[in-house]
Amino acid sequence: MPINKLLIANRGEIAVRIIRAARDLGIRTVQVYSSADAQSLAVELADEAVEIGPPQAAKSYLKVDAILEAARQSGADAIHPGYGFLAENAEFADAVEAAGVAFVGPSGDTIRAMGDKATARRAAKNAGVPTVPGSDGLLEDLSEARAIAEAIGFPVMIKATAGGGGRGIRVAETAVEFEQLASQAAAEAKAAFGDGGLYLEKVIERARHIEVQILGDGQRFVHCFERECSLQRRRQKVWEEAPAAVLAPDTREQLCASAVALAKSVDYRGAGTIEYLYDDVTGAFYFIEMNTRIQVEHPVTEQITGIDLVAEMIRIAAGEPLSLRQSDISISGHAIEVRINAEDPANGFMPFPGVVADLRVPGGPGVRFDHMLYSGYQIPPFYDSLLGKLIVSGETREHAIARLKRAASELQTDGLKTTTPLFLALAEDEELLRGQVHTRWLEPWLETNAEKLSKPLTLAEGDAAS
Amino acid sequence: MPTSEIRTPLPGTFYRKPAPDQPAYKEPGDQVAKGDVIGLVEVMKSFHEIRSDVDGVVKAFLAENEDPISPGQVLVEVET
Repeated sequence: MPINKLLIANRGEIAVRIIRAARDLGIRTVQVYSSADAQSLAVELADEAVEIGPPQAAKSYLKVDAILEAARQSGADAIHPGYGFLAENAEFADAVEAAGVAFVGPSGDTIRAMGDKATARRAAKNAGVPTVPGSDGLLEDLSEARAIAEAIGFPVMIKATAGGGGRGIRVAETAVEFEQLASQAAAEAKAAFGDGGLYLEKVIERARHIEVQILGDGQRFVHCFERECSLQRRRQKVWEEAPAAVLAPDTREQLCASAVALAKSVDYRGAGTIEYLYDDVTGAFYFIEMNTRIQVEHPVTEQITGIDLVAEMIRIAAGEPLSLRQSDISISGHAIEVRINAEDPANGFMPFPGVVADLRVPGGPGVRFDHMLYSGYQIPPFYDSLLGKLIVSGETREHAIARLKRAASELQTDGLKTTTPLFLALAEDEELLRGQVHTRWLEPWLETNAEKLSKPLTLAEGDAAS
Repeated sequence: MPTSEIRTPLPGTFYRKPAPDQPAYKEPGDQVAKGDVIGLVEVMKSFHEIRSDVDGVVKAFLAENEDPISPGQVLVEVET
């Protein structure tokens, strides 16, 4: 059925992005918000806005009943969950559908299957997608676990099946350490996630993070090529590119075909991302997990393919068949996204929820800035620090990096401390320019290059910070 | 007895406990020493300890667990 009114169950830059996609499709929008977000750009831009609770996410953006009530009151016929919050909550997806409202995403059952790491790993294996060597599903007992750990070789990762986002992971270097950690990990996983299920994976010491964007309507499935997100701090991506310059054409073809095979095997409906580790020495890639939602870094894919992924998700949720065939989708040029966070890179990435005094937004060819800012806006301290994403594109990677330098130096967010200086420094780094990076590259770089991130404090800045 | 105020330098959400299933750092009537943690402030998903800068006895909490707080707001009164 067609969607006439879309409720956005999220906030910040992604809420703004979804409102724009909906408006381009001629769909009216309802923005739900916490009392801390009454002044947000998304609330201002949406056709309607409904307050759903106090600042804390647990009492507002995570409150299923309040969101469903807002949908009922406003007559919304679809809900877009964005990323984070309830985006990968299967019970929420079920509750939305049960209320007769379309959920912009896959079914609760698909979210459930892919959200459980051990089930997802089995699904990948069954679809012929290479997985990191490890246990085949959940561990039954400690002696079985020990035998598997010895067979795949140390170090091994002990992972909680209900974990995610870097939580519930332990690394055992030796068999003795493994014995201690495995029983601890089971007890902790039970306490933290209510599910003590564990599985094992070999540690790939030096790997790149490469992920494939897919779209499916439940019948047909396409990929929109890959992104590389190897630059991470505390397992959070900070700089993403498309395509992955390191991939040989035949490897790219195999990688993307494997993602489509997995999407097909679960009758996927919506936009999704399949994440892999890529070993650039052997050329092998291994499935890590599937995210059943739009991702923060989706714009780099949009820039190289010309596809509006958010609009595609909404069309699929309205029951339309996929408008694209695989042969319609090709790569043009290179795109880079950097995450502009309200954090001070000169001070250990300390959060800085200040007031935007003066905002100067970069522009010109090959520059896109998806954000939630305006002059005079007070950044609320209650949510994550992402303010916006600066996305640049060019004919080649070198061209895109040149544009990144230009655009990042045009961006001014007076009154705030942001991660912009980090990207200006990274854009000058020789190893990064040669593409010689991996998932553990950025953290040591930050230690070695700390002086590049700290400007001398003037008296005025010193006063403002105290 | 003179009363000293402990204020938050940060905006965010105040927590009186290290984790939801654990007891509060301090209760009214408890002894508090300079450097003792009296609560946590969550700002943009990162957690920061708030410590007492005086020795004394906790008189009252002026912010409750999970309250939204602003910079400079008084969290605890301590009798010194």
